[in-house]
Amino acid sequence: MLALRGERLDKTYGAGDNRVVALHDVTLGVEAGEVAALLGPSGSGKSTLLTTLGLLQLPDRGSVWLAGREVVVGGRALADLSALRRRQIGFVFQKANLVPFLSALENVMVAFEINGERGRVARRRALDLLGYLGLADRADHRPDELSGGQQQRVAIARALAMSPPLVLADEPTAALDGARSRDVMLLFRRIAHERGTAVVVVTHDHRVLDAFDTVHEMEDGVLAPPRAQGRPLTTPADPPPP
Amino acid sequence: MNLAYLDLRHQLRRFVATAFGLGLLFAIVLAMGGIYRGMVEDAVVLVERSGADLWLVQRGTRGPFAERSTVPAVLEDRARAVAGVAWAHPFSSFTLEPEHAGRSLRLTLVGLGWPDDRGASLGVTRGRALERSRGEIVVDASLGLALGETLTLGDDPYRVVGIGAGLVASGGDPLGFVTHADLERIQSYLAADARRALPPGDSDSAPSGAQAILVRVAPGTSVAAVRARFASFTDVDVYSQSDERSFLLEGVVDKARRQIGLFRALLALVSGIVVSLVVFNMTVAKTREIALLKLMGARTRLIVSMIVQQALLLSVLAYGVAFAASQVAFGLFPRRVVVGAEELAGVFVLAVGIALVASLAAVRRALQIPPTTILAG
Repeated sequence: MLALRGERLDKTYGAGDNRVVALHDVTLGVEAGEVAALLGPSGSGKSTLLTTLGLLQLPDRGSVWLAGREVVVGGRALADLSALRRRQIGFVFQKANLVPFLSALENVMVAFEINGERGRVARRRALDLLGYLGLADRADHRPDELSGGQQQRVAIARALAMSPPLVLADEPTAALDGARSRDVMLLFRRIAHERGTAVVVVTHDHRVLDAFDTVHEMEDGVLAPPRAQGRPLTTPADPPPP
Repeated sequence: MNLAYLDLRHQLRRFVATAFGLGLLFAIVLAMGGIYRGMVEDAVVLVERSGADLWLVQRGTRGPFAERSTVPAVLEDRARAVAGVAWAHPFSSFTLEPEHAGRSLRLTLVGLGWPDDRGASLGVTRGRALERSRGEIVVDASLGLALGETLTLGDDPYRVVGIGAGLVASGGDPLGFVTHADLERIQSYLAADARRALPPGDSDSAPSGAQAILVRVAPGTSVAAVRARFASFTDVDVYSQSDERSFLLEGVVDKARRQIGLFRALLALVSGIVVSLVVFNMTVAKTREIALLKLMGARTRLIVSMIVQQALLLSVLAYGVAFAASQVAFGLFPRRVVVGAEELAGVFVLAVGIALVASLAAVRRALQIPPTTILAG
């Protein structure tokens, strides 16, 4: 089943001589449980595609489906995009973007708070997620007390809080060294396979490409046909998902 | 989990310091109101403790609290002769600065209508009212005199027999009460001596009679009926106690009220700007966090509520500081500062109102932050 589909997406910025075609007739589908990479040089349109698929901006033309439901058509929203982002999409960024005045646990609980889930249930679920990502003993630590990789794992826990069918990650390993980059990518893979979450990752990092099921390459706003990797990575044994 | 609280916890010292500073501003707003109320209460002490229903004053004037008024000495007897009058006696006052124990005392002296009026209604807290027709004085505690101490006024000694609280003239000077005969004696001595410069309208020249005649209407008699009888007197005007009270407030306090009102409005404006800037800066400092919340799909009300809660908390905390300051410091002010429940409630409502209005700019700014800001590295 397709967790995400973007069809014939066009997006242009500026006008006249300053006109930039960020997306041109882009069609992309990601299955539930699939880990897809978006590759391409700077300015190729990767981030525009990610923000369009993440319902942060509307395309000029084209449609977006989330979990089989058409939510954007002809550059027009068919639903409350904020509500869809809240419950159906998790975001991970280049920087962890943790709230500096909150502990790791509270940073994850923010996602529950936004969805109106409070109190002990939210706390328990946030703790379960941190445990799932190997951070149970760091729950009360503030971001400045965590390593870069740990911060990124907290950000991933926050993205997974509402068990979204789709996680979008924008260069999540850019600030990490090789070993930690690989750890994070393996984590995405594990999440996708264990939880059935579709994961789309924008990356420049060719060292971690073997972590992806499919690789999409972009250039000048045009998406090349996907390349299947067909070589699943071995993931370390982990506890079952909460 | 309260995001507003968690954010403030993160910057608690700065927040508390800001609230403290703002609290001092609110304390000044509170003090201004208290000073005004103190002025009103001080101004009307004489009128309200006189026990008179009617005031007979010089024709064409509004009485001694508004302008110079002199009534003929025989008016007292004529007033007593009117049916329905329980008592009538003269009223005069003037301000003087006698030397006492090596320092200059400034007080407003009031003559009581001995023997009917011995100062029983003055609320003496230590000692007693006047018991002799000569040589005794009741004073306000702020003069710092002790019971039994002797004060020289004019050429005669006066023994302090009673001390009261809150006995002050409309100008804030402490009051002293002697018999009317003693007052005239002191006044005549000072006029003849003419060595001291006293405020205009008081004893710069000695009037020939009292400044007004106070009249108490007999129980069971209509004040309006007695007033109508006095209205037929061609040489005096007659006013009720509430008329005199109004003249006092209009004449003495009104300008101060307007000035204080303007000052308070400016302070409220400054407080509003301070809260506004603080909350706005706190919001700008959280641009990335707000963008993150929006990107995650946070409802607008969550973000608005976080900003408004912080503004309210800042204002309420500042109000608490102002309240504490009012309890600790206002008693040290040289003039009376009267802060009642109404004033406290008014400033609290003002603080909450300022918080709500001040958070508008910050809310507007927060709503303009695009969620994609978080993607910008």
